[in-house]
Amino acid sequence: MENAALYIALAGLFGLFMAWGIGANDVANAMATSVGSKVLTVKQALLVAAIFEFTGAVLAGGEVTATVRKGIVDAGLFSEQPELLIFGMLAALLAAGTWLLIASQRGWPVSTTHSIVGAIVGFAVVAIGLDAVKWGKIASIAASWVISPVIAGVIAFALFNSVQWLILSRPDPLARARRFVPFYIFLAVFMISLVTALKGLKHVGLDLELTELLAISVTVSILVAVIGKVFINRIKVDPESDREFHFHSVERVFAVLMVVTACGMAFAHGSNDVANAIGPLAAVISVAQSGVVDQSAKLPLWVLMLGAGGIVFGLATLGYKVIATVGRRVTELTPTRGFAAELAAASTIVVASGTGVPISTTHTLVGAVLGVGLARGIAAIRLGVVGQIFLSWLVTLPVGAFLAIVFFLILRAIFG
Amino acid sequence: MAGYFHKIFGESPVLPIQEHCGLCYQAANAMLDMLRHAAEGDWVKAEEGRARVVEFEHRADSLKKEVRSKLPGGMFMPVAREDLLELVIVQDKIANSARDISGLVFGRKMTIPEPIRDSFLAYAKRNVDAAKVASKTIRELDELYEAGFKGKETEVIGKLIDELDEIENETDDLQVNIRQELQALEKQLDPIDVMFLYRVIELLGDIADRAQSVGRRLEILMGR
Repeated sequence: MENAALYIALAGLFGLFMAWGIGANDVANAMATSVGSKVLTVKQALLVAAIFEFTGAVLAGGEVTATVRKGIVDAGLFSEQPELLIFGMLAALLAAGTWLLIASQRGWPVSTTHSIVGAIVGFAVVAIGLDAVKWGKIASIAASWVISPVIAGVIAFALFNSVQWLILSRPDPLARARRFVPFYIFLAVFMISLVTALKGLKHVGLDLELTELLAISVTVSILVAVIGKVFINRIKVDPESDREFHFHSVERVFAVLMVVTACGMAFAHGSNDVANAIGPLAAVISVAQSGVVDQSAKLPLWVLMLGAGGIVFGLATLGYKVIATVGRRVTELTPTRGFAAELAAASTIVVASGTGVPISTTHTLVGAVLGVGLARGIAAIRLGVVGQIFLSWLVTLPVGAFLAIVFFLILRAIFG
Repeated sequence: MAGYFHKIFGESPVLPIQEHCGLCYQAANAMLDMLRHAAEGDWVKAEEGRARVVEFEHRADSLKKEVRSKLPGGMFMPVAREDLLELVIVQDKIANSARDISGLVFGRKMTIPEPIRDSFLAYAKRNVDAAKVASKTIRELDELYEAGFKGKETEVIGKLIDELDEIENETDDLQVNIRQELQALEKQLDPIDVMFLYRVIELLGDIADRAQSVGRRLEILMGR
């Protein structure tokens, strides 16, 4: 194809821009709970986020990438003019990235996922027509945006209730925390490692039997739980602080658990959100290299690495500051609450990633926080802000679509 | 650049409420000190005491306003917003009583008749004890939030509330006694002074009543 190298270079650039935006801003919401509850310092959070966002993106980001790349538009309709698909995907990346940048600077709650989906739908309608969009798939994605916060909320509610029932309402909460927290660690690691094992290992060239995958997940989970137990046993009781606040030591036990769920949250975020940046990039590469719209082209590993690297780069340049500001204000989530919210959100997100559904990380986390609130676990939640966050995607979809259309027309005028 | 996730969290009202209750108890305690000096006729120290009562009462007042501003409408909380505001109002009345009593006693330079002085001070102290237990009960509020209003912590608070009820009953009995003692003396005293002594005794009794109401409000919070 003519200009193939240029298209790929542009797509790489725009994809990197988008991934940078995700790392600079979106990750803060995922990590803020851990920093806010003083379990991790900002530097530690940055390190955890960098490592686990990267592994999450590379190991479990493939399925969602596939959806963004070829699940939303009917690529078959582009086979006459494959360039249109390239212009469209470039426009979508540019639109979502631009919108993300504007919204971030204004402090508006937008979702990267909603931006990119809106953008892809927008260019497809203008380039080919309404038929080009797989509306059934769009409907199921939109439904998942409603369902994912609800599911996360229900899980968080159940988790926090179990903590109340097993630990906090008992006469000896500290002893019980020491006993039960390793099980929660097991649960958290198992959830995430199983999805990774089922969906992620084949991306790095490992193809194993189901029983082997299960065995690996269980072993890893037990290992982490045992390590966690060692740390929990090392916690010394501080009678002075305990007299002031009886649950002080209990919270410190849960802090160990929250380190694990923070890793899980970063992993889950990487697995779902990297696709927003590299899904369109992957589509451009496959079309530009082959010159035809090939639905079956394999996702090159370097593309996942590029997206993951972009997120880490965004984290290192700007995300650092955002985590520090946001984290300072989320002090209401103590480790007993924060873990329930993070584990519920992370589980929901990795399952969605495993099944290839692009969902909004922040919305899922907000749903989980509401679940903890419903279990009488949070002092005060501003319902107005919650409503604003949930409603924002209604705005983001048409804006993403509009920007994508504008960029698409410009790109077509330049290259077409 | 700023995230928005943190904006969904409102500030917890627990700490200011606890601090407020502590200040109300301190106001009552300063009043007790002031009464002791007044009973000894040391009006210089009594005036200092009176100033401290007023200061604690002022601080409690501004904290009360702060709590209110932290609880705007549209908050989703584990307890009803009205119940929390009501709790602060009841707490605040303890400080108000202390201010009124110290103002009255100092303003009129009231003397406590020698024969009832000890039982008067003992009665005053018991009322302030009730305020102390109320403040101790409110100090369990953060644990109550932490435990999600369930289990062992509600028992701990239940016991403290029982203690409050006991002290309040005791102050009722003490009040009956001191009124009788005063009645036996009243013919020998200036009628207007006696009138105001009865008034002070009544106001002192309010402190234990209000401390007991703090316990009641806390029970309502837990019961939702």
